[in-house]
Amino acid sequence: MSQQSSAVGGVRKSLTFGEGGLAVVFALLALSSITVAAKAQDSAYAFHAYLSAFASLATVFVILNRYMDRPAALPPLMIDGKPNYNFGPVKFATLASVFWGLAGFLVGVIIAFQLAFPALNFDLPWIAFGRLRPLHTSAVIFAFGGNVLIATSFYVVQRTSRARLAGYLAPWFVVLGYNFFIVIAGTGYLLGITQGKEYAEPEWYADLWLTVVWVTYLLVFLATLWRRQEPHIYVANWFYLAFIVTIAVLHLGNNATIPISVFSPKSYIVWSGVQDAMVQWWYGHNAVGFFLTAGFLAIMYYFIPKRADRPVYSYRLSIIHFWALIFLYIWAGPHHLHYTALPDWAQTLGMTFSIMLWMPSWGGMINGLMTLSGAWDKLRTDPVLRMMVVSVAFYGMSTFEGPLMSVKAVNSLSHYTDWTIGHVHSGALGWVAYISFGAIYCLVPWLWQKRELYSLRLVNWHFWISTIGIVFYISSMWVAGILQGLMWRAYTSLGFLEYSFIETVEAMHPFYIIRALGGVLFLIGGLLMAFNIFMTIRQPSTVEADTGVHTPSLVPAE
Amino acid sequence: MNETYRALAEFAQTWGLLYFVGIFLCVLIYALSPSRKAQFDHAARLPLSED
Repeated sequence: MSQQSSAVGGVRKSLTFGEGGLAVVFALLALSSITVAAKAQDSAYAFHAYLSAFASLATVFVILNRYMDRPAALPPLMIDGKPNYNFGPVKFATLASVFWGLAGFLVGVIIAFQLAFPALNFDLPWIAFGRLRPLHTSAVIFAFGGNVLIATSFYVVQRTSRARLAGYLAPWFVVLGYNFFIVIAGTGYLLGITQGKEYAEPEWYADLWLTVVWVTYLLVFLATLWRRQEPHIYVANWFYLAFIVTIAVLHLGNNATIPISVFSPKSYIVWSGVQDAMVQWWYGHNAVGFFLTAGFLAIMYYFIPKRADRPVYSYRLSIIHFWALIFLYIWAGPHHLHYTALPDWAQTLGMTFSIMLWMPSWGGMINGLMTLSGAWDKLRTDPVLRMMVVSVAFYGMSTFEGPLMSVKAVNSLSHYTDWTIGHVHSGALGWVAYISFGAIYCLVPWLWQKRELYSLRLVNWHFWISTIGIVFYISSMWVAGILQGLMWRAYTSLGFLEYSFIETVEAMHPFYIIRALGGVLFLIGGLLMAFNIFMTIRQPSTVEADTGVHTPSLVPAE
Repeated sequence: MNETYRALAEFAQTWGLLYFVGIFLCVLIYALSPSRKAQFDHAARLPLSED
């Protein structure tokens, strides 16, 4: 193209500060990565350093290549008075979420079978349960959930602000940088690199990288809000903002570590003893509260009104919901440490705040469900909406169960048993995954400009197969957990424990098999979704957006 | 150490409580005041009224 080298519209083509700066930074990062790789104290760390060097060099190449291909002027903020939305990074994160979701569900099924049949560990360290389990949790929470949150937040903030995403390379840096973090974290677990803290397993260098990515994420989000054309900041954006800011604070607090050397993956935390435990569960529970709740409530507040074509039931309730939720959640962490060395008053505080959380949680649930008032009939015809509404119902159920389990007397039975696993999965599969599936089913036709999904019948199949899977999963874990708890505390008439530990393990066997089958059903549902998404994208576009002529695409009522 | 702890705990249990209740009251007043009805009705429709 000849216009590349010459000035177009009075703009002379040159590297922007961001392009030049990033290229230099990544070139330096590649150099230092190679140095670290050469002097690394163990081979897994060297592997990560080489990955970093390779990714950095690839980034420099992509930045320069992108510069060569682009016109002199950067993409305009507005075209013909309409915002020129930037959906490239949103598309990438959406597809990444589908991929990581399947990977995470698959690893979940594998470890479920490993628990039922320990021989499946094959005596290989890399695929032992202890290493695959954090791979599963991180893949579903951070890789699947994280990409859904990045995709939807970048979509929603643009649409509700009527403004193009801030930054030229920054949104891509966030999306690709975040997924690179996932790769480093996941391969690290398999190779045995871990901090050994639940949901905070990645070591110091991965944490440092995530910090850079996350701060950029916050800045992109804030700068987009800053250039909004709509005076009011929509409630979903408040939830996204709370999620981004709080995760940044939690991540820094719980990963305040000092590496033993730049050439070693090993680090030590500055907190000690019970304080470290408290910081860990302040982090851990707010990963639930702000990552898995606030972020996905933002999805609820945008996608349910949009899909149901109804305004939010009560906007006032949504504001009170927001402030009450974020004020209370941050104190609930100590309920993970009942009957430990943590001072009694801190345990009681955690329990009290958990119980108070009932109110904002149910307020939010009611607000989400009642948004359908006047459109309940759509539940019959629209499986996507049905999926999202069922997810809100699961949200209500698991936020009822959670405070119940935080009560000390209940916790003395439920803690360390499979009841906890059942509770987590009614929230994770029922609430987080279902609202995410709903959002993905909405987003893909919008992003790729298709009229509708390839097949709503397949969505229906996905819904029913996965729902049966969830029911298998949580009911088997409830029974298993309560049985386990009762067996652990059973005494004989002489005051001896009635069961040896291995007897309680043996009793779990049938429930572990039912759980694994539930997981298989959930995975099958995920595969149907991936196929549906793939076929939707392959459909010819029905919305003529490329021509710039916006013909209203009216569809007759079905 | 013990004195500092006690002072901090006492401050948190009294002024901290009042501070939180105060902020929550502000939120309630902001959310429920009748003068903002039009603004919130508009906001509730934001996802439905975009380009």
